[in-house]
Amino acid sequence: MRYAMVIDTLKCVGCSDCVVACQTENDVPIGYCRDWITETVSGTYPNLDLELKSERCNHCDNAPCVRCCPTGASHIVDGGIVLVTPEECIGCGACIESCPYDARYQHPDGYVDKCTFCHHRLEKGQLPACVSVCPTKCMYFGDLDNPNSEVSQLLKNRKYKTLAPEAGTDPHVFYLT
Amino acid sequence: MTTSRRKFIKISALGLGGVAATTSAINVFGANSYLDDLVKQKVSKEFKRTATYCEVCFWKCAAWTYTNEEGEIKKIIGNEDDTHCEGRLCPRGTGGVGMYTDQDRLKTPLIRTTVNGEETFKEASWEEALDLIASKFKTVIDSHGPESIALIKHGSPGSHLEHLYKAFGSDTIAEPAYAQCRGPRETGFKSTFGSWVGSPEPTDIRDTKCLVLIGSHIGENMHNSQVQEMSDAIDNGATIITVDPRLSTAASKSKHWLAIKPATDIALMLSWMNVLIEEGLYDKAYVEKYGLGFDELKEHVKQFTPEWAYGITTIKPEEIRKTARVMAHAAPSVIIHPGRHVVWYGDDTQRARAMAILNGLLGSWGRRGGFYFKEKISVPKFPQPKYHHPKWGWKEIGEKYPLAEMGITSEVLRAAIPSDDNKYPVKALMVAGTNITKSIPDRKLLEEALEALDFVVVIDTMPMDVTGFADVVLPECTYLERFDGIRSATNRHPSIAVRVPAVPPKYDSKPAWWMAKQIGERLGVGEYFNYDDFKEVIEWQLKEMGTSLEEMEKIGVKNYPRKSGPMYLNEDEIYQFPTVSGKIEFYSQELKNLGFDPIPKYTAHPEPPQGFYRLNYGRAPMHTFSRTANNPNLNDLMDENKLWVNPKVARILRLKTNQEVWLKNQDDVTSTFSIKVRVTERVRWDSVYMVHGFGHDNKKLSNTYGKGINDTQLISKVAVDPIMGGTGMRGNFVTILTENPHKNTEI
Repeated sequence: MRYAMVIDTLKCVGCSDCVVACQTENDVPIGYCRDWITETVSGTYPNLDLELKSERCNHCDNAPCVRCCPTGASHIVDGGIVLVTPEECIGCGACIESCPYDARYQHPDGYVDKCTFCHHRLEKGQLPACVSVCPTKCMYFGDLDNPNSEVSQLLKNRKYKTLAPEAGTDPHVFYLT
Repeated sequence: MTTSRRKFIKISALGLGGVAATTSAINVFGANSYLDDLVKQKVSKEFKRTATYCEVCFWKCAAWTYTNEEGEIKKIIGNEDDTHCEGRLCPRGTGGVGMYTDQDRLKTPLIRTTVNGEETFKEASWEEALDLIASKFKTVIDSHGPESIALIKHGSPGSHLEHLYKAFGSDTIAEPAYAQCRGPRETGFKSTFGSWVGSPEPTDIRDTKCLVLIGSHIGENMHNSQVQEMSDAIDNGATIITVDPRLSTAASKSKHWLAIKPATDIALMLSWMNVLIEEGLYDKAYVEKYGLGFDELKEHVKQFTPEWAYGITTIKPEEIRKTARVMAHAAPSVIIHPGRHVVWYGDDTQRARAMAILNGLLGSWGRRGGFYFKEKISVPKFPQPKYHHPKWGWKEIGEKYPLAEMGITSEVLRAAIPSDDNKYPVKALMVAGTNITKSIPDRKLLEEALEALDFVVVIDTMPMDVTGFADVVLPECTYLERFDGIRSATNRHPSIAVRVPAVPPKYDSKPAWWMAKQIGERLGVGEYFNYDDFKEVIEWQLKEMGTSLEEMEKIGVKNYPRKSGPMYLNEDEIYQFPTVSGKIEFYSQELKNLGFDPIPKYTAHPEPPQGFYRLNYGRAPMHTFSRTANNPNLNDLMDENKLWVNPKVARILRLKTNQEVWLKNQDDVTSTFSIKVRVTERVRWDSVYMVHGFGHDNKKLSNTYGKGINDTQLISKVAVDPIMGGTGMRGNFVTILTENPHKNTEI
């Protein structure tokens, strides 16, 4: 089992529904977020390209946040999901500095928080909140170890990229382009 | 009220402090989220879900409101059986929680009063507020008749108040959704195909091969099922053609983005017609069978070649030809989308007609992948006495505009200003569910009308700017806290949805149906409110429809099979269009008889003078007009609008991204607040762009007060559509000020 998320940038309209769905699902305090939208414009008018995409923790196989965590609060669980155990977290922020995706934030309650791939939903057989709510259905989630899963098939048949590949983190959020 | 009329009151007001201290639902956040997760897994099993449909916009997606054991609203999730959302709400629907939790909500009735010469609001009891409204309304009814009491409304609360108005004998009712939004396209399509486009639009985007968007920015407007279907169309390999001076989100998904010079769309469409006809690409069988006036159309568009259009639109002739051929190739599975907010330049009905004619030439009306024949189920009327026949109403007020089919808000406001030739004096006004300071342009007219009115009531959930002009403010509870009418959807097949309160109303807020009933009883028309709870009305209606509230509470949405026949025309079907002629009218005798162009013409519109830029405005996916700007969840996603400026302009004016600027328009109207610049290639050099709905004046909107600019404030020039009274708003020009023009004045 290796969980992965695949996001189709050709369909994403950058509406931020994923952001607010995560906020209500995970009680993320107002003013913070576990996922967010980026917009990239290239070219000059009227020969332009616009890419919109939803970003979050990449649940890396080679996760710098886990390596640098002094207490072991940041750890990897089955399926490759990177989690933080709040009661073991001392809020030192080393992981925030180490993350090439800027995916972590200091929760006002004193620990570091980030995307969990909605681990609590997966256990109940539900998709992550962001995936389940997306009006463009541009987000896919599943098991990369299963060659027949939707995510495996998409990565087999479509062009894709990952973010900050130069960081060597082996990320598990993929963007179809 | 005799005080100096309607000095704008910023609802910081007397005595509100005590109420504001009520416990905040925002405090539910926090604690240890991981432990919470563990707890939640237990708790989530005990989440209760309650059926509702969303009121954050007019799409009205059916949804489930989830509450925990403490009765707190935790989340709102789309109903999977609903064709409006297919189980996926948009960000505003998901963030609808914030409509409920917003700490700035109106909490108690307010009455305008004067203390030490200062106008302010005092908190009032419901009795006091409702008695005052009834007595003021009675005074107007006695002296001028019930017709002189007007209603400007939007959404679900509006329909309850419309019932009240009709009960006491007034049909002086209007909503910005018509003359400030989609009115022209309804008239334009009706004069061509015989019927309104209506809402939701019966565009078969799911199955289309070619979607043509003219200034319509699906994806930034989150008209939910359309956004979803556009995404499906992308998956299916459909071609999208977008005509927009700005690289909208939809334009960025398009194979062909035609970066048109603003205000020239009709010229482009005439040249498309020229290509379709001259190259013989139109649907000849369809046009021959269903069309009327094709020869006149052919003659008319002969001169409008792509070369002619190039000089006007700046779109290259080969691009015009290529896109016309793409459409013809996809036909009849092609949609020239009618758009939604279409009040641009004053010839908007004609522009909508040009769109309709193109659809007619391509044979897409009544065809798979074009426009389907929609169907809805009618909800039986609860047994009540018949309404009175008012002596005059919205129709007479708008009589200058022969094809107006709903009230024109700006004409209703004009009728409030006394003059010798005003035959339809409006004396009192109720505003419900719409912030008219931002939804209706021409602030001068608005202020003059509000100044002249004897009495103004505003009903809202939030202290929107317009509440500052009220004599009485009534706090409505949010859609999550009330019953409302049954949503009957017009779609591929009929469906109904119910709204059931998930929690009791917070503070001292009440549902609009209750307010309508209370006022109605005080006005002596209680027989129209023959129920104690609106729930009884729904229960009766659902029973009549073969279901029950009990069943609907469990399923939320009920889908019905079609009864009106197929969604599309059959091959060789003999079909009567509901026009006068029974045909698709390429040439409109009706328009001709009324003195209007029977076939659309291109008219040049004013262009920005030196140093000015056309003010364009639009939507952001996470906001609905101005009503969500203060919603804590949605404000968190976008808390201000920005002024989009082309880099060339920025270079000349030495503007930098995030620099604060002010705007002044052609009539010397200066923006109250500043706006941050966003230098971007996504806009043309001749226009600037901002998202509508920001720049709120009311300090009580603590999340959004003073953030960004209110585009409506700068829309002082209105180009009125002579056919149906729409208020064209895209002909205003602004210059950019880098120094604060209000430095020495207090705002």
